Amino acid sequence: MSEDTAAVPAQQTLKAPPAKESGIKALLGSAAGRNTGLVVALVLLCLGGVVTAGDRFADVDNVLTILRLAAVIGVVSVGMTFVITGGGIDLSVGAIVALSSVWATTLATQGIANDTHWIVIVFTALLVGGACGLVNGALIAYGRVVAFIATLASLAAARGLAEIISNRKTQIVNVPGFTAFFDASVLGVPVLVVIFAVVAAGGWVLLNRTTFGRRTFAVGGNPEAARLAGIDVRRHTVMLYTLLGLCCGLAAVMLIARTTTGSATHGGLYELDAIAAVVIGGTLLSGGRGTIAGTVFGVLIFTTLSNVFTLNNLSISAQAVAKGAIIVVAVLLQQRLARRSGA
Amino acid sequence: MTSTDATLLSVRGVVKRFPGVTALGGVDFDVRAGEVHCLLGQNGAGKSTLIKVLSGAHRPDEGEIRWRGEVVSFGNPTAAMRSGVAAIYQELDLVSGLSVADNVFLGHELSTAGFTRRSDARRRTRELLKRLGHPEISPDRDVGRLSVAHQQVVSMARALSLDGQLLIMDEPSAVLDPDEVRVLFGIIRELTAQGVAVIYISHRLAEIREIGDRVTVLKDGRTVATGLPAREVKTPDLIALMTGRVLDNVFPQRKPVDPAAPEVLRVRGLTDGDFDPVDLTVHAGEVVGLAGLVGSGRSEILETVYGARKAAGGTVEVDGRKLRRGSVGAAVRAGMGLCPEERKSQGLLLDEAVYRNITVSSMSSFARFGFLDDRAERARATTLTESLDVRPAGVDRVVRGLSGGNQQKVVLARWLLRECRVLLLDEPTRGVDVGARSEIYELVRALADSGVAVVVVSSDVEEVLGLADRVLVVREGRVVHDGPADEIDESRVLDLVMEGHAA
Ligand SMILES: Nc1ncnc2c1ncn2[C@@H]1O[C@H](COP(=O)(O)OP(=O)(O)OP(=O)(O)O)[C@@H](O)[C@H]1O
Ligand SMILES: [Mg+2]
Repeated sequence: MSEDTAAVPAQQTLKAPPAKESGIKALLGSAAGRNTGLVVALVLLCLGGVVTAGDRFADVDNVLTILRLAAVIGVVSVGMTFVITGGGIDLSVGAIVALSSVWATTLATQGIANDTHWIVIVFTALLVGGACGLVNGALIAYGRVVAFIATLASLAAARGLAEIISNRKTQIVNVPGFTAFFDASVLGVPVLVVIFAVVAAGGWVLLNRTTFGRRTFAVGGNPEAARLAGIDVRRHTVMLYTLLGLCCGLAAVMLIARTTTGSATHGGLYELDAIAAVVIGGTLLSGGRGTIAGTVFGVLIFTTLSNVFTLNNLSISAQAVAKGAIIVVAVLLQQRLARRSGA
Repeated sequence: MTSTDATLLSVRGVVKRFPGVTALGGVDFDVRAGEVHCLLGQNGAGKSTLIKVLSGAHRPDEGEIRWRGEVVSFGNPTAAMRSGVAAIYQELDLVSGLSVADNVFLGHELSTAGFTRRSDARRRTRELLKRLGHPEISPDRDVGRLSVAHQQVVSMARALSLDGQLLIMDEPSAVLDPDEVRVLFGIIRELTAQGVAVIYISHRLAEIREIGDRVTVLKDGRTVATGLPAREVKTPDLIALMTGRVLDNVFPQRKPVDPAAPEVLRVRGLTDGDFDPVDLTVHAGEVVGLAGLVGSGRSEILETVYGARKAAGGTVEVDGRKLRRGSVGAAVRAGMGLCPEERKSQGLLLDEAVYRNITVSSMSSFARFGFLDDRAERARATTLTESLDVRPAGVDRVVRGLSGGNQQKVVLARWLLRECRVLLLDEPTRGVDVGARSEIYELVRALADSGVAVVVVSSDVEEVLGLADRVLVVREGRVVHDGPADEIDESRVLDLVMEGHAA
């Protein structure tokens, strides 16, 4: 007994030396530390922006532009964080955004909206997005189609449907209440950015403080163990994809507001941007570990990068190369961390 | 600790640290050629870590290892293998997707000029499997599709294929049947007669007495005794060395089951198509033990009762209400809990904290409107881990870093926390040390006394007889015996279990 009590302080003193030995590694290992890495990356990018573009970068309007751009893909990425943490993947997000944006801006929908209330547009987009997510989830969970394949199919189908509905035309929004609401600012912050902030905060709470979030980690970490522990893994999977679908619907609303159009070409390559943001944020692609804060940083890093490149008149292709490099570095880092904690 | 000429391996002052934990804090012992050297110690004492250090899977932070008189430092398991040290790890280390033969010769492939000699490998694998008493395992099968017990046999074949001078076995008997253990012991005797040394780890003292020559006891990562004669040393002394306390009775006192107690679990004609229809009734306060060989259908029966496996026929009732077939959700809602056979693949969320693993099945009782009360979760988990003596303490630790036995305790704690009506325990004490085992027995007994119906599956006949009120013996998918535990003894159970098997 006396030996046991003696062992405790001994252990605590032993904790310190290895941490000192490799302070940076230990810092990178902790959750806060990983975000520190992202913050550093973001600060470096901003410095790069200031140095190369000067006042054009460090300008309130420019910062708001970055945030407004980040907001749309950010909402999708928060949803994507849930799906990936839960052990899945969704390639159809961009297509769902496009379909939702088109469906919510047809003449018919706009007509109803003008007759009743602009909120009809929002509900339509959410409904379409949610329904697409539900279909994805059901295919994967109950139809036992591999997520990659199921959502690849949805990608094709949803884009095709969007093209059919819109007849490949860009649909201009002419619902004054709608545009007025989303163009407004709250204390100088654009509504779109506020929405992103609310979604991110809500996502963080949902993932880290609720049974839903805890189940997501369990389902992604070890589905068989989760099932035997009494979690309805299939139902949960459906909910995860539906949640992401709803996020896509919301992102479609935001995109309609930003561009005042609905179009079958909206949301191009969103799947790549969202997955990239989630992964560099520190969420494990294999599931079981995920971080909303990391995702938010991931989104900001990519959006800032594009902005800096655009201000410097660098091509989209150069941006793509830089993006690719960042993803590779992030994944290499992640693997190293995973190996350290898994050894 | 005089080193004689026959000393093969000598270990001095070996220290191994993990972040926050000193797994080995100074280990000394010698292994002689031709002996079976047993390592004993509580869960988390450092046995597996020591094995990994010896076999090159971990590098020691301090200390000296002499192999045949020379100081060595094996950089990786392959280097150790080349020098003649082979290990069978506690957690199986096979590559699923590769065939049995590929696994046996992984890292030391039979090859000529870079081309693998596949038919040679297959032939030698077949010989090794036959020697281990399992000629039915095909060298071409995908290892991932084998049962755990068969995978264990494959890793033994792998270790034997090396023709090493030192064979290290970390709890090899945990997933083996009594007659498989007998075969294993036969092989160990054969090897030691040829001068091969064996390091053998087990929590079953009876095995150590049967096969061991000398014993080294580890406690909290240090050697507390070494070179004890395995046959003479007294059990209470060993337990005292391991745990630092005296244990009189491993099994708790049984209370006679109230004959008027209500039926809680009622299973009628249940079958999954592979095992014969089973009838099983468990009353409140009763512990029913299922004895049988690994693969006899015991686990399948439990999983089907729980709804994790689709039933082909029959009914399961809890408290008189019939459950929907093949629905774990329905079973859990009705108050059933299953502690599964394989803790790693079926039980644990390895990268999650201990407390999250424990509360995962009772989350809703810690939640208000879906929001979890983290502090309450930690508090409840702390109480449970303390009563089960999970080491090292700390419910925020990631489960992956715990020793095998401590991981088992975490899975068990999950179901102890959830107030179940029916508790199904599949090998609840696999890899758990003697001290903690008696804690677990007491907890199970206490649960039963509070009116829970318990079903225990175990390969350890002593455990079934000591813990259960009623014993069912399962053989080849059929229940061949059903009766009170005090009217049957160990040899009779073994006879029933093995019938038609021994030949
Ligand atoms: N990879 C790891 N990372 C962190 N801690 C570890 C790791 N491996 C082992 N430990 C710790 O080292 C200690 C010794 O563990 P080890 O697995 O050697 O115990 P053991 O004696 O084999 O126990 P058991 O009988 O339960 O198998 C434990 O406290 C364990 O938590
Ligand atoms: Mg061990």
